[in-house]
Amino acid sequence: MATTTMNNHMEFVSPTRRRVIGFIFLGLAILLWGLFARDIGPDALTTFRLTPGGSEQELPNWVFTSLPMLNILAVVSAVVGGYQLARGFGKRTNLMLGMVVAMFLFGFLTWATSGGSLNLAGLFRSALVKAVPLTLGALSGVLCERAGVVNIAIEGMMLTGAFTGAFVGSVTNIWIGLLAAVLAGALLGAIHAVLSIKYKTDQIISGTVINIFSAGITSFLSAKFLQKYQHLNDPGRFPTIEIPVLSDIPFIGPIMFQHNMFVYALYIFLIVLTVGLYYTRWGLRTRSVGEHPKAADTLGINVFRTRYLSVILGGCMAGFGGAYFTLGSVGRFDEMMTAGRGFIGLAAMIFGNWNPFGSFGAGLLFGFFDALSAKLAILKVPIPSEVMLMFPYIATMVALAGVVGRGQMPAADGQPYEKE
Amino acid sequence: MSDTEKGKPKKKDSGKIFLEEISKSPLTVTILAIVTGLLLGGLLVAVTSEDVYAAFSDSPWEAVKIGANAAWTTYQALFNGSVGNPSKIIDAFRGGDPETIRRAVNPFFESLVQSTPYIFAGLAVALGFRVGLFNIGAEGQIFIGATTTVIAAIFLKGLPAIIHVPISLLAGFVGGGLWGFIPGWLKATTGGHEVINTIMMNYIAFRLSEFLLRGPLKDPDGFIPVSADIQDSAKLFRFFDNPIRFHIGFFIALLFAYLVYLLLFKTTWGFTLRTVGANPRAAKYAGMSIVKSTVLAMLLSGGLAGLAGANEVLGVNHNLAVAFSSGYGFDAIALALIGKSHPLGVVLAAILFGFLRNGAIQMQLTAGIPIDIISVLQAAILAFIAAPAIIRTLYRLKEPDMDIDAVTLRGWGGN
Repeated sequence: MATTTMNNHMEFVSPTRRRVIGFIFLGLAILLWGLFARDIGPDALTTFRLTPGGSEQELPNWVFTSLPMLNILAVVSAVVGGYQLARGFGKRTNLMLGMVVAMFLFGFLTWATSGGSLNLAGLFRSALVKAVPLTLGALSGVLCERAGVVNIAIEGMMLTGAFTGAFVGSVTNIWIGLLAAVLAGALLGAIHAVLSIKYKTDQIISGTVINIFSAGITSFLSAKFLQKYQHLNDPGRFPTIEIPVLSDIPFIGPIMFQHNMFVYALYIFLIVLTVGLYYTRWGLRTRSVGEHPKAADTLGINVFRTRYLSVILGGCMAGFGGAYFTLGSVGRFDEMMTAGRGFIGLAAMIFGNWNPFGSFGAGLLFGFFDALSAKLAILKVPIPSEVMLMFPYIATMVALAGVVGRGQMPAADGQPYEKE
Repeated sequence: MSDTEKGKPKKKDSGKIFLEEISKSPLTVTILAIVTGLLLGGLLVAVTSEDVYAAFSDSPWEAVKIGANAAWTTYQALFNGSVGNPSKIIDAFRGGDPETIRRAVNPFFESLVQSTPYIFAGLAVALGFRVGLFNIGAEGQIFIGATTTVIAAIFLKGLPAIIHVPISLLAGFVGGGLWGFIPGWLKATTGGHEVINTIMMNYIAFRLSEFLLRGPLKDPDGFIPVSADIQDSAKLFRFFDNPIRFHIGFFIALLFAYLVYLLLFKTTWGFTLRTVGANPRAAKYAGMSIVKSTVLAMLLSGGLAGLAGANEVLGVNHNLAVAFSSGYGFDAIALALIGKSHPLGVVLAAILFGFLRNGAIQMQLTAGIPIDIISVLQAAILAFIAAPAIIRTLYRLKEPDMDIDAVTLRGWGGN
């Protein structure tokens, strides 16, 4: 146990991993050249529009010849792959991996758009919007699991948050609806905490209880009341706010700073959680409880209280993320409307290495594929959208298998603590 | 305690010992958990009934009466829907018309039809638990099993039923088994936790079956994403005429429950599997292969779940539709735990769940109670089973001497 923890924290890249990643780089380079570059004519043009729909800003389209761009991308990937095989990037391996994957995706878009046009800004914007609930769910997981409590109930907590937000928001106003959603998440978090900390129920079973319960109770109440009385299911939505100066930045402004409050709240949570977890006493205590509760207890940290607090906060976060569906996106509750996004949030947390900004990056990547699958039909790419939607799950399994670096999961994650 | 204080160790009478034994028995907790879950469900019906709130203006007592009445009507509808309406059955037998009789007794048989996939899926999850593995992926394995079955059952032509049915079932077992094998293999070789991987495999399975049903497997004559009907030779034998759908799959499920029992408790392999589940370190020390056990257990577990899908395709639906399973795989987690991961317990819990599910469909029609209430019931029962201390405190039961059947699971790290 102790040795694995040690290994996880070393910045050491094993020769096998170095070679595997080098071959991945080369493979992507070959795909860029073989699949994409050879498929298009020398004169085909790629047009990327840089202004999302509905924005006042006007940027000229970005037009370039597809073939040279693809060739450049392939050559750069191959060179990076060669260097990785010969020398290795050491600490910067993951960074380079991200860059090569980004180049591959850009190459894919270039190829898919050649001879046509694609709204790149719109695609990024939609990826960000789709990343919001995933990342909020992932942050809920980060809060719980950093303190050593596995939370697979994110899905259920979000669903309940979504329902409560819609119902209370319709009866009162949208802000009270949001508060109620957060409280509903907190309540489920508290149930999860009591079951898994006090009664030492297996945390996965406790999470399953909450997921089954949430699916049942929200569908039950929705069928009984919301469908019958439509005015109980009309909470309205939070308005879009343009952040004064920031939204005028070309390209980035319309993508990042013309949203409703959920997106801005996400930015704030990301910063607060990162600072909180890594630079404050509370964060150090929480992480120590997740890594080695016995040692933390010896040092006078109250393991139980820390875990209760983290799991309830995690519930709040999931409830807030659930409210996004009804109060931020759709404006109404539908049965099972989270549709597995809580589980993708869990995947984003793992892919993001139990870390707030990592989760956001994973959420953006998964959101990007979600957004892309909606555009595939327009681009006439011979890839079914269902295959595209499998990507987050496959990526997570690959990440978990340690191909792209062993995850640094909290060492005591999932183990109930027993005071001696 | 008081006996020894007084210095005369009074002999306990047998009745008292019997009561104490009952109080300590895990079965008591299970039964009380189910009863408490049902009571909570009744309470939910009462507090969400609009008539109750209307009656509150008259008197609170009246409201309580109406609430209790609503709960009673609900459970009556649940009973009539799952077992059959007793007076209707008696009338039908007096009348002697075969079709009326079949209609009257249909609810009972339909509940058994609903129980069948639960038995397979419950066995799948229970087998995993016995080896210390949490197979949350039964739902996905059901989908893949159903998909491979439907391929075998549609495209293999001209076979006699005696060959076609087993081949189609085997196809389901192989499909589901493959879907269980992958996370098992990943766990054994890389340590990637099976809970995460099976959740991911679930969604991959959903997307895959959607893709197949919109594309290659879609009925060429239809417009909706449903496969063509399977060959007649692949259909599971039905015992009665319409509307009773009771088919031989139920007995196949019982046979598999017995086989799982034999495997787990009567063979060396089973002993190895259970030892790995109970204490992997001891198992390793004794020279048992944890890698082999993990992979084998997940393969068999996935295969059993795949059979649940095969059973639905060959016995009930005769085709494959998007989202046909609607949660059998997730409910299976609850029922495996309620059945204490023992094949007999699983069969009993599966029959309970089958009756609940079928009854709830009728309840929705006659009493206007949404079917989703059974999910709430199942969650409550599962919570009480998983945290027996709640039930023990609630009913002032004695602590058992030792928790014999506790499910042993490990954290994300896999050690």
